[in-house]
Amino acid sequence: MIQLHNVSKRYPGGFEALSNLSVHIEPAEMVFLTGHSGAGKSTLLKLIMLMEHASKGQVLVGKQNLGKMPARQIPFFRRQIGVVFQNHQLLFDRSVFDNVAMPLLVAGYQPRDIGRRVRAALDKVGLLDKERLNPIALSGGEQQRVGIARAVVNKPPLLLADEPTGNLDPQLSADIMKLLRQFNELGVTVLIASHDIDLIQRHNKRLLNLKSGQLIYDGPASEMPQPTAHGELVR
Amino acid sequence: MRRGGESESRGASLSELSFVDMVRAYRQHHISSAKTSGLKLLASPMSSAMTWLVIAIAIALPSVLSLALANVDQLAQRWDGRVSVSVYLRQGFKPAALQQLSASLTARQEVQALSYVSPEAGLAEFSRNSGFGDVLSGLDANPLPGLLQLQLVGGLDRAQVATLQRQLQEISLVEQVVVDLAWLQRLHQFMQLGQRMVFMLAGLLALGVLLIIGNTIRLAIAARKEEILVSKLLGGTNGFIRRPFLYTGLGYGLGGGLLALVLCQLALWLLSSPVAELSKSYDSEYQLIGLGFNHVGFILGGAVCLGWLGAWLAVSRHLHEIEPR
Repeated sequence: MIQLHNVSKRYPGGFEALSNLSVHIEPAEMVFLTGHSGAGKSTLLKLIMLMEHASKGQVLVGKQNLGKMPARQIPFFRRQIGVVFQNHQLLFDRSVFDNVAMPLLVAGYQPRDIGRRVRAALDKVGLLDKERLNPIALSGGEQQRVGIARAVVNKPPLLLADEPTGNLDPQLSADIMKLLRQFNELGVTVLIASHDIDLIQRHNKRLLNLKSGQLIYDGPASEMPQPTAHGELVR
Repeated sequence: MRRGGESESRGASLSELSFVDMVRAYRQHHISSAKTSGLKLLASPMSSAMTWLVIAIAIALPSVLSLALANVDQLAQRWDGRVSVSVYLRQGFKPAALQQLSASLTARQEVQALSYVSPEAGLAEFSRNSGFGDVLSGLDANPLPGLLQLQLVGGLDRAQVATLQRQLQEISLVEQVVVDLAWLQRLHQFMQLGQRMVFMLAGLLALGVLLIIGNTIRLAIAARKEEILVSKLLGGTNGFIRRPFLYTGLGYGLGGGLLALVLCQLALWLLSSPVAELSKSYDSEYQLIGLGFNHVGFILGGAVCLGWLGAWLAVSRHLHEIEPR
């Protein structure tokens, strides 16, 4: 589903967020991405959803080479990826329903389909009764669930989540993870960036650990070596 | 607009949407964009009216000037046919020679009418009109030459008039030929200059309108920055994101154009009665050229295009800034 070959990303100014990274993620896999802030987690997600281009190397998503994608095809590519943003990126000038409906509206769905799909997605995240509210009236956990509903409303084959449990308490975080896992069980490829090691280790899934833009661990979460006294992981 | 349509039809093959649905959604988005843009313009009537007025003034100014030029041009064309030639005769000509000359000139097809002003009649008129009567009566001899005034037929061009002037000059009886054309030529030159200046002014003001609309749309973009970013991240095409802003620009252009027409009509109305009085004093019934169908079409079409283009440029610039790098 996702293939990175020797990918580097260097920002103007010389900071290298990713260096020579190669990763292969199969369809319907659920993968966690971890590392300290600044390790390159967000950059990796941005490359996959084409918010940014790689400086070097190849990024392939669903057999499409992102480096060669013309700008006018990017929107149609993005419609195949559901993204749960760190700051959830909800719009507070419209209702929960209208927020979740946005990907469908953008893609050109008919109003009757939109209503049906939005309610199905809200039902899935348990917020069906809040569709008329403004998301600003919701709690942090509920806002994040609205973000998840929006990410899955057009049933994308790939779901990316950047710190989906960022500011949530452990119980809410566990709920969110459970939700994401449910989508994975339906066949959706899920890639979650998170620094919450405890939470990650409770789901025994594949884990990618990044440090300073390099992959220092790729394997089951339960087998990840513990940090050394210097805070580094042993390979 | 076309690009949006093309790319959205491409999307049909990627998603499970049918082509018919895509076209329908495309049309619906046009309608809803137009509707919400219109409502947004009306929701803040004061600021919209200010923008409309600024655009209207910028459009009305060159329009009124160009109408004024068109009117002057029409007046000049009316006078074109009234070229008169003054033929001054040498002192001491014989009456028989004068009669012969008059007859030969009257026979020419360029000459419509001819009148003779004798030196005596000329002196009498001069002393009556100039106020120098006392001084003139002290003169020994009449210094004025005899004068033949020719009224030429209409429709002569400058070369024909010049040829006539040269031929008249060659007649031995003739001292000097003065063609009353120089002022007309000068007027034409001034008109050309005026037209060029109106064009330049119109160009500059059109650029101004573009900037005003671009800047207004830029503010609208800033207010909806989040929405644009989210739409883009969720797979909105540039056409989709641009659309509501294009309609807003169109709304500014259309409103400004309509208001410009009102301003032009107001200017014409204010000018019409002084012009009527002026033309009455010249014993003519001159009617101002007003806004024709072409003018209205040009002003409205131009304003709408400027509005659309200003918005397009503003949104494109913003979209370019948030493209992946």
